[in-house]
Amino acid sequence: MTDKSQANEQRPDSAAASQIAPALAIELSGINKHFGPVHANKDIDLKVARGSVHGIVGENGAGKTTLMSILYGFYTADSGEIRVGGKQVTINDSSHALELGIGMVHQHFMLVDNFTVLENIILGAEDSSLLQPSLDKARKVLAQLADEYELNVDPDALIEDLSVGAQQRVEILKALYRGADILILDEPTGVLTPSEADHLFRVLETLRAQGKTILLITHKLREIMAITDEVSVMRQGAMVKTLQTKDTDPAELAELMVGRRVLLRVDKGESVPGDVKLAVEDFVVKDDMGITRVKGINFEVRAGEIVGIAGVSGNGQSDMLEAISGMRKAASGKLLVKGQEIIIDGDDGAAKMRDMGVAHVPEDRQEQGLVVTFEQWENAILGYQDDDAYGEGVFLSIPAARAEANEHIKKFDIRPANNRLKVANFSGGNQQKIVLAREMSRDPDVLIVGQPTRGVDIGAIEFIHNQIVAMRDAGKAVLLVSVELDEIRSLADRILVMFDGHIVGEADPATATESELGLLMAGVSNDDVSVSNGASVSNQENVALKASDEKSAERNMQGESK
Amino acid sequence: MEFFETLVLLLASTIRLTVPLLLACLAGLYSERSGIFDIGLEGKMLAGAFGAATVAALTGSAWLGMFAGIGVSVAMALIHGVASITFRGNQIISGVAINFLAAGLTVLLGQTWFKQGGRTPQLNGDARFNDIDLPFVDQLADVPFLGSIYTHLISGHNILVYIAFATVPLTYFILFKTRFGLRLRASGENPKAVDTAGINVNAMRFKAIIITGILCGLAGAYLSTAQSSGFIKDMTAGRGFIALAALIFAKWMPIPALFACLLFGFLSALGNFLQGVELPIIGEVPVQLIQAMPYILTVILLAGFIGKAVGPKAGGIPYIKER
Repeated sequence: MTDKSQANEQRPDSAAASQIAPALAIELSGINKHFGPVHANKDIDLKVARGSVHGIVGENGAGKTTLMSILYGFYTADSGEIRVGGKQVTINDSSHALELGIGMVHQHFMLVDNFTVLENIILGAEDSSLLQPSLDKARKVLAQLADEYELNVDPDALIEDLSVGAQQRVEILKALYRGADILILDEPTGVLTPSEADHLFRVLETLRAQGKTILLITHKLREIMAITDEVSVMRQGAMVKTLQTKDTDPAELAELMVGRRVLLRVDKGESVPGDVKLAVEDFVVKDDMGITRVKGINFEVRAGEIVGIAGVSGNGQSDMLEAISGMRKAASGKLLVKGQEIIIDGDDGAAKMRDMGVAHVPEDRQEQGLVVTFEQWENAILGYQDDDAYGEGVFLSIPAARAEANEHIKKFDIRPANNRLKVANFSGGNQQKIVLAREMSRDPDVLIVGQPTRGVDIGAIEFIHNQIVAMRDAGKAVLLVSVELDEIRSLADRILVMFDGHIVGEADPATATESELGLLMAGVSNDDVSVSNGASVSNQENVALKASDEKSAERNMQGESK
Repeated sequence: MEFFETLVLLLASTIRLTVPLLLACLAGLYSERSGIFDIGLEGKMLAGAFGAATVAALTGSAWLGMFAGIGVSVAMALIHGVASITFRGNQIISGVAINFLAAGLTVLLGQTWFKQGGRTPQLNGDARFNDIDLPFVDQLADVPFLGSIYTHLISGHNILVYIAFATVPLTYFILFKTRFGLRLRASGENPKAVDTAGINVNAMRFKAIIITGILCGLAGAYLSTAQSSGFIKDMTAGRGFIALAALIFAKWMPIPALFACLLFGFLSALGNFLQGVELPIIGEVPVQLIQAMPYILTVILLAGFIGKAVGPKAGGIPYIKER
């Protein structure tokens, strides 16, 4: 893709640059860090060339963030050496890191929501005890930086009124305002829409061109391939390997991350659609503010197929999910389960849907799917606690619930295998498995899944995807909503694209290209696309591609997926 | 004319009753803006009042008394700080403990030292803050309306009244125009952002609660050495809680805090004024109802009828750096 060719052009340059000036921006050697019994960083060595983009990949809990927090002075290492620009330093707190020219853009933004952009920029970097001179200076510097790096934000806007992408720009500006030469970005695209992510990458390329050094922490291999010069892989607290990005590929990186071969592509056969199990007709949903989010949609999901809803987040998917799962009353339209119309009215909607055999894995597992301060066995029966299987009348049969929980742990390989552990203490991937296990174990007819792998590491993603496909193969109707286009493309049998509350198009994942889907997601309707492309031609091409070189197509898929 | 004179006297009384509320309210503002809930305003004020009256009685100097009151109140604030900032204890529990400590200790020490049933000796002369007459009072006294306003409302108060009202613009300036204020507010909203910006969150919070202690001490000194002439048991009479209500009512902003305190001060002046008065139609005024108004208004506010009161986001949560 274009990403690749761009990256290829740049790599020789930076390689040449590093031969002329082999200066290292950062050199870490023998870094160790323990948190109680957990050895979070084991003898880490890392060299980062000046003026390069250096990626650090690893699963959740591999120790990436800990390592960067040590570099940023948030934690201090138990042992080891840090060199910045060739000089050995000890970094005890963030202000020291800032003095050394190290800035960090955190995964969860470190911004004060009800402050203006300017106030956030100067916080901690005020020049005098009165604010006004610093504010005036920051306004000037910001205007300059905005021109230089395409980092535009209204300096007087409150943070809470800004989009997530703009908030991230403020974080980057904050670091640049403090004179950062080395910029650490922790999972920067996790919260961004695809277009915001593209914007971020353009900014990073400009920063690199200006001689800044960038450390990019991510678990998205595609981003690593697209923008980095070098990539270091971490696993279980140790640095596994550092590679030139041009010499590696996603499959190799995934294997290094997980420690075994990982199938990046979901292995699934043809779907065999049966009867319609779930359908919506002229479905309209309003949110709490009374704003219409879903504007009259129609679709059906048949037994034995996965229907994927693609779209940039915030186009009505969440409200649709809430209405279909019974958590929210639809403003108008029909919701049909197995041909029977369901009227959601009152607070028992979710229970009603569950009784109808509709299982729901909510988008936000911590807010909607789990009670994180409860133990795993309690969460394993959440929503089904009134079942007679767990005791009659007002009594709860704890042994029955525990047995059920153990069953889930075994079947879904939930780790640690301890049903008395509070859910908050499980990793994101295991939390998601707890929800999936609960919803899938009831033998539902319909499975509604929202963002199944958000914040889940690559090994667990593979497992979760296989479970969803297994549900389909068992003849369940699956509705999948995800903002990860790769996920939709590899799982779904049919793709519906949602934009501004409408279903703007349907695509076949086998033939639709990423750019076609991208256009749909941006609100350009199907007809427009086929007019510009010539539908018949592209179909023929696709058939030819399928027949002649299935292997190369497969390779393309791998390059594009995470 | 008689009605006008009455109104002026009522307003003058309002000002005098507003002062302790205002000082305590601003005290709470500093603490809560930095992220430390302070339900112990009442206790700090009471301890400050006792300290001020005791030292004023012993030395005969109201000023020395005031500094002693501030010292005692700051010490109480530091207890709250050590418990809730250093040891990350529950701020509400710590605040309640401060209130109990002050209520018990003042009476116990008062009885032990002075043997007057928990009172301190009567303060006279320089041991009290006396009312100050501003220039031209005599000349203006006979001017209709204006003279009355000048002599009773603007002039004729003790120095602490002027200090209290001057604290409002000062607080506004500190909070919104200085580096200290920016960092203070940020500590109460998102302490992690403050920490990553290289600022010590706990140090900021300690600075804030020391200011809280100073202002509570002033409020206490006002009660025992300016408004009254000595300390009596439980003399704060819930003012710390009304100040807290005013703080919520003012949405943690200094200028609205002034008006909230004036409103609550006016209500209590009105309550005093109408005691036992028979009005046409209504009959005897239910003074308790007027006295309860600050709380009723705050409940109405919190229920969302008058806008929305959202406190500092990180309020009440101890800051923990490492996970």
